[in-house]
Amino acid sequence: MRFENLWPGVLTQNNLENWQIGGFGLYVHWPFCEAKCPYCDFNSHVVSHVDQGRWARALADEIRRAGAETSDRVLGSIFFGGGTPSLMTPETVSTVIEAARDCWTFANDIEITLEANPRSVEVQRFEGYARAGVNRVSLGVQALHASDLKRLGRLHDVDEAKTALAVARSVFERVSFDLIYARQNQTLDDWRSELGEALDMAVDHLSLYQLTVEEGTAFWDRARAGGLRGLPGEDLAADMYEVTQDLCSTAGYTAYEVSNHARPGAQSRHNLIYWRYGDWLGIGPGAHGRLGTATQRVATVAWRQPGLWLQHAEAGSGLESRAFLDVSDQAGEYLMMGLRLDEGLDIERLHRLDSTVAGPEAVAELVDLDLVLWDGPVLRTTAKGRLVLNSVVAALLP
Amino acid sequence: MSTPLSRIRNFSIVAHIDHGKSTLADRLIQLTGTVAERDMKAQMLDAMDIERERGITIKANTVRIDYPAQDGHTYILNLIDTPGHVDFAYEVSRSMRAVEGSLLVVDATQGVEAQTLANVYTAIDADHEIVTVLNKIDLPAAEPERIAEQIEDVIGIDASNACLISAKTGVGIPDVLEAIVKRLPPPHSGDPDAPLKAMLVDSWYDPYLGVVVLVRIMDGTLKKGDNIRMMRTGGKYGVDKLGVFRPAMQDVKELGPGEIGFFTGSIKQVRDTKVGDTITHEKRPCETPLPGFKPSIPVVFCGLFPVDAAEFEDLRDSIEKLALNDASFSFEMETSAALGFGFRCGFLGLLHLEVIRDRIEREYNIELITTAPSVIYHIFMKDGSVLELHNPADMPDMSKVDHLEEPRIKATILVPDDYLGDVLKLCQDRRGIQLDLTYVGNRAMVVYDLPLNEVVFDFHDRLKSVTKGYASFDYQMDSYREDNLVKMQILVNDEPVDALSTMVHRDRADMRGRAMCAKLKDLIPRQMFKIPIQAAIGGKVIARETLSALRKDVTAKCYGGDATRKKKLLEKQKAGKKKMRQFGKVEIPQEAFISALKMDE
Ligand SMILES: Nc1nc2c(ncn2[C@@H]2O[C@H](COP(=O)(O)OP(=O)(O)OP(=O)(O)O)[C@@H](O)[C@H]2O)c(=O)[nH]1
Ligand SMILES: C[S@@+](CC[C@H](N)C(=O)[O-])C[C@H]1O[C@@H](n2cnc3c(N)ncnc32)[C@H](O)[C@@H]1O
Ligand code: SF4
Ligand SMILES: [Mg+2]
Repeated sequence: MRFENLWPGVLTQNNLENWQIGGFGLYVHWPFCEAKCPYCDFNSHVVSHVDQGRWARALADEIRRAGAETSDRVLGSIFFGGGTPSLMTPETVSTVIEAARDCWTFANDIEITLEANPRSVEVQRFEGYARAGVNRVSLGVQALHASDLKRLGRLHDVDEAKTALAVARSVFERVSFDLIYARQNQTLDDWRSELGEALDMAVDHLSLYQLTVEEGTAFWDRARAGGLRGLPGEDLAADMYEVTQDLCSTAGYTAYEVSNHARPGAQSRHNLIYWRYGDWLGIGPGAHGRLGTATQRVATVAWRQPGLWLQHAEAGSGLESRAFLDVSDQAGEYLMMGLRLDEGLDIERLHRLDSTVAGPEAVAELVDLDLVLWDGPVLRTTAKGRLVLNSVVAALLP
Repeated sequence: MSTPLSRIRNFSIVAHIDHGKSTLADRLIQLTGTVAERDMKAQMLDAMDIERERGITIKANTVRIDYPAQDGHTYILNLIDTPGHVDFAYEVSRSMRAVEGSLLVVDATQGVEAQTLANVYTAIDADHEIVTVLNKIDLPAAEPERIAEQIEDVIGIDASNACLISAKTGVGIPDVLEAIVKRLPPPHSGDPDAPLKAMLVDSWYDPYLGVVVLVRIMDGTLKKGDNIRMMRTGGKYGVDKLGVFRPAMQDVKELGPGEIGFFTGSIKQVRDTKVGDTITHEKRPCETPLPGFKPSIPVVFCGLFPVDAAEFEDLRDSIEKLALNDASFSFEMETSAALGFGFRCGFLGLLHLEVIRDRIEREYNIELITTAPSVIYHIFMKDGSVLELHNPADMPDMSKVDHLEEPRIKATILVPDDYLGDVLKLCQDRRGIQLDLTYVGNRAMVVYDLPLNEVVFDFHDRLKSVTKGYASFDYQMDSYREDNLVKMQILVNDEPVDALSTMVHRDRADMRGRAMCAKLKDLIPRQMFKIPIQAAIGGKVIARETLSALRKDVTAKCYGGDATRKKKLLEKQKAGKKKMRQFGKVEIPQEAFISALKMDE
């Protein structure tokens, strides 16, 4: 690390160390999909044609611009998220990775993840991604039931997903997949057996998300119109969550984050940057970034609409805004992100940002309720507390 | 030159709610060309937003119409459109005092309803001639012959010459105009040269003109620039503006006997005027004032508190402004341990309460917490003193109380026979005593003596629901009577919540306590810990529920890209909670304070 803690007063004041201990990563957003899933509120769009060359150049240019300001950092991870990054050609992926390599020193163990949809077309590109430098994939399997995959609007079936997984295991060092549970009419037993099956297939990492009906999605409209029946109520959802924790931990997977489970050492290092509230650059439409400079923390937001972003990126910068975050916003974000991790957060770091967040009385009340643990410099949630994390965070915000 | 009395007709339009008074007023205005065709709109006299939105009349309105009758003379007609809802019965009765006749509108599909009766009795009391108008004959369900018979049977007035009309299509309106001229009497007497004697019929606040006073001239002549005196209040004012409503304001030089119009002076607030007062000239006063009206008195009380405590001063401001215009509503400051600073307000009834609350929320943009409505109890203390209790939270120590009295009402309910059983049960459950039961065709008319506190809250809603909307209801205040009343407290997480305290009859306390605890359990969102909810009387718990702790409230997916959005969501959620009130560690949503009291039975 270049900035050693020689002047604790100064560093404490500007918090530079805080951001840097969280790591440094690069997020690249690919905003296109083959079809829009009815539950999805990500920045994803269906278009008939994408000029991959143009997009690759624009992404690379953006990376170089960001790199010019941060050339002294060591890059620990790259994450291709979406949308459906497995619709990028291996050449596009390679162009982006090479642009990054020109800008920063790569950590020896750099993690380069790509989100992939488990369809046969995409599987054909896996080798090419690996050659470009991708060493980890995260497959959007979502469900292991044919009819549920249909309801979720997915274009793949169960067998295709299994094949994709098998190919991925042979091509990449690290493989994870996502499931969405707490689906319509799913019972506790259904989920137990589905998760059992998933754990048998899993390598060393799983993301298990409870279905969320997000505003602005087709599911939201359906739910508002009185459709989308059979979603679990609060108690069943809580039971499902608890079953998930039990089965995963028995199988040797630690819930290192609310919805993420990994064997020892197999955590997503990139995602940990967010939750440890480190520094990351966000490149591509709608991407957000957080970056500590010597005195301030900068939040960047790129233009969200793909066409608009491309125009701006080609004209000189894809960023819609770049602003300093005030310390109370930083503290709020750190609190919200940090408490998602089983390792918790550094309460001293939090209080250096804003001592009114997670004040001793509020914490003590939650400790009494057995929702959080306060252990020296560490504040973390109990299993019970993590299940009501939103309320816990709200109670700790000033 | 004032108009000869014989060419003036003054009348009110009265009916049960929604029978078509305002629509008939529209047609009269339209047919006489008082308003240009292109300016007509439905129920044009219902000018307030709330009136237009709810489709009801709240405030009586006066219009002057010129009508060239078949006899070749042009008559001046002053019509007063009145509200039908029972809360505003007072508006009807005082309007009637300013005129000599009434158009009794009856919906020919529904027939006589509770307020039809109430209005007829008030009209008869005021010595009115009555012209019966059967409305809505355009509807297939209309049965004018049967309804005419019913009117004769039940009310005992001649309906053989009733006007059959559709206020909607305009059918029959010319007959109504002729009937007004031929069958309603002109003003009884009036000498234009006598000392001025005018009745203060109504007054309201106009943002441009200040207080506007509606007057009916009995004797003498009122002119612009006159100096007048209000005989009861003693107030002296100069007449700045004098005019009539058509329905827009139109200036006139003078108003003579029998005429109805308005004036403005330098009157600051509506409270400076007293409805029913006699207005006379300062220089040449009349000898005896008019008898005056009984003032309307608030019977329902509740606390209004700003959701955001910082808005207390804004609330004071808005309440004072509304009170400028509505002398029937009272207020005084109140402090509640739970809700902070607010006002204890008195209303004519629940609709009146709702209307005022709506206006504060909408016109002044202040979100309110409304506490449970209550009535005024008389508390007889052992030391011989008597207290008026407007707020259960102020209930003195029971050991010092000898006994309590509560207000009772006389309620008249008309209901189709099929639902009679349900209505009797409802009244019985509400501690009613049956006074009378007769039949109006196939409908029963029951008269009950009921405690007001059992009616104030949700009686009307319950009545509507058990009779599928077929019952009609009217009431008058009766006397105070002793009963076994106690204060019931609600404890949430072992903390008493004063704003949820209510007075209940001892025999009904257990049932109400259980119902309230169960309701609150549904209304209070689960929180991070479990919460006992109890009802207690004088420290003894009579009902208890437990709200279990929140089990799951966590965002499944949260990563770098949507950190900002998710945090905003949390902050929004948290801001939403600020709207709740904190009781110890528990947050109670504002709607709980009212909804908890609604009984499902
Ligand atoms: N079909 C039909 N509907 C009518 C007629 N007259 C009035 N209505 C309807 O009946 C409803 C009530 O009419 P209003 O004129 O507001 O009744 P109101 O008696 O003034 O009501 P309140 O002032 O609230 O007591 C409205 O929806 C009118 O459109 C009629 O002759 N025929
Ligand atoms: C960025 S998304 C998309 C990745 C990839 N395009 C796909 O669909 O497989 C990453 C993951 O979020 C999860 N996800 C998206 N929307 C969700 C929702 N409404 N509720 C729960 N999980 C959701 C899915 O498991 C998905 O794989
Ligand atoms: S869930 Fe994945 S594939 Fe479906 S629309 Fe969203 S980003 Fe695209
Ligand atoms: Mg009306």
